[in-house]
Amino acid sequence: MARTPADLVGAEPAPAHHIEFDGRPVPALPGQTIAAALWAEGITAWRTTRVGGRPRGAFCGIGVCFDCLATVNGRPNQRTCLLPARPGDTVTTQEGHGRADLAV
Amino acid sequence: MPTSPSDPGPRGGAPYDLAVIGAGPAGLAAAVTAADLGLRCALVDAGPRAGGQFYRHPAPELGAAHPERLHHGWETFARLAARLDGHPRITHLPDRQVWTAGRRADGWRLHLTGHHQGPDAPPGEVLDAAAVLLATGAYERQLPFPGWTLPGVVTAGGAQAMLKSGLVLPGRRVVVAGSGPLLLAAASSLVTAGAAVPAVVEATDYLGYARGLKTLAANPAKLVEGAQHGAALLRHGVRLRRRSAVVEAHGTDRVTAVTVARLDRDWRPVPGTERRIACDAVAVGHGLVPQIELATELGADTRATPDGTVALAVDAEQRTSLPGLYAAGETCGVGGADLALAEGVLAAHAVAGRPAPAGARRRRDRRRAFAELMAAAHRPGTGWTGWLTPETDVCRCEEVTAARITEAVEELGARDARTVKLLTRAGMGWCQGRMCGPAVACLAGGPHPSHPPRPDSRPLACPVPLARLADLGEAEL
Ligand code: FES
Repeated sequence: MARTPADLVGAEPAPAHHIEFDGRPVPALPGQTIAAALWAEGITAWRTTRVGGRPRGAFCGIGVCFDCLATVNGRPNQRTCLLPARPGDTVTTQEGHGRADLAV
Repeated sequence: MPTSPSDPGPRGGAPYDLAVIGAGPAGLAAAVTAADLGLRCALVDAGPRAGGQFYRHPAPELGAAHPERLHHGWETFARLAARLDGHPRITHLPDRQVWTAGRRADGWRLHLTGHHQGPDAPPGEVLDAAAVLLATGAYERQLPFPGWTLPGVVTAGGAQAMLKSGLVLPGRRVVVAGSGPLLLAAASSLVTAGAAVPAVVEATDYLGYARGLKTLAANPAKLVEGAQHGAALLRHGVRLRRRSAVVEAHGTDRVTAVTVARLDRDWRPVPGTERRIACDAVAVGHGLVPQIELATELGADTRATPDGTVALAVDAEQRTSLPGLYAAGETCGVGGADLALAEGVLAAHAVAGRPAPAGARRRRDRRRAFAELMAAAHRPGTGWTGWLTPETDVCRCEEVTAARITEAVEELGARDARTVKLLTRAGMGWCQGRMCGPAVACLAGGPHPSHPPRPDSRPLACPVPLARLADLGEAEL
């Protein structure tokens, strides 16, 4: 039974738009967060940790854990589980503390 | 300068009679009840739409014709939402968090911030109210295990939240694991939404419930709810493994399998009982932790719950120990939506100075008894630390391993979570210990019956830009 969440609730969403994740287009439904759009594409990691360089993605889904941080439109440390995906948003994998632009 | 979302009301003094923080079941019920009783209410909520985590639902653009299929008690929410909609005495302030609060001569001043702070963020807002109701709910308790930081391992509540609001799944084959009633609810929504759930892995054996037969009998609705989840799982052939735990998640870039082991009475893994289960996601949680930092920062009294968390202490009318500060729902001890609704109604009557409706009081008492029974049944056993390896990250944010925490305790003499934090940085990262706090407290030697757990202390209830702090003179508080 190939049921999907959208089938279950009888969703008839507005047409999908696209965001860009690390240079590739990812469809997003209006009303979805960036994290939701990435999950829908089977993407579960969009950050690497500061110490071990390990991949991370959404964990708590409600804005509490900060594991879902990414750089969105050039701004680092955005909680993608809270941030609605807007047409043309560019999301890039955030490395470490996300401040690559700040040479120290 | 901070601005106020409303002008002072005609009666002078605080512009609002009641500020409700949190628009989940407790806060919603309280706001509409209080407003119907004639109070001017502000309803502040972190979400874009009212409902909280329990009634979380898709954005209108997703065009869900049947959101109720992912919910229990949706009609109740629909009725509350209709009462909220356009209520002349309620100002709904979504997408905002209260980051700090202070006492004033005539009540409380709340400081609000938006979620998506940046250069173009709106200035901070303040809101004054004669009374405040804290209905901020709870977040999930996590007990770490090797591999729990792999992508694809998510919280059970997070899997549900992303499903309810974004109509997405973390993977195709999702093992659901941990302890507590949320697991059955999460597993049943995942399977009805099309995921395969190869196993629900629950650390307790449910025998704890048998000790409270009278309490169970007085709460038939809770039993029906449990039975409905159980039936959905049976229908999809989902196997419930009791007294077992996921003791390791495998994979390099994302989870590909888990190892499940049987547990003894103290939750220690029994050697030789390990089984490997293939999956591409794990939804995990060990009960819920009341979100009460605003109130504890202000000095409100707390109590220890039977499952080892800290909740606000309230009287029969939902008053905390601080004058004018009320609490309802999970902040008073986790107990589910029905209890939260009843407590919200009771709190609203107390704030309005009206006698409590007997029905709501009866429901509150019954559901509260059930909640305490449930909490006792799912209290984590001390042996869970037996599934950690020295390399297991305990603090996800700061990547602090179990070995470093053990070293702080055994070699450096740390006796509590606070000292461990200072020595290792566990709990000092972005989430401020919300993910690792309970585990670190356990590893540091508590909670112990003779040392009730200490509430976490966080001067700020959520992250705020430094500019906000700079805006805030002493006088503001
Ligand atoms: S997934 Fe936890 S903050 Fe976004």
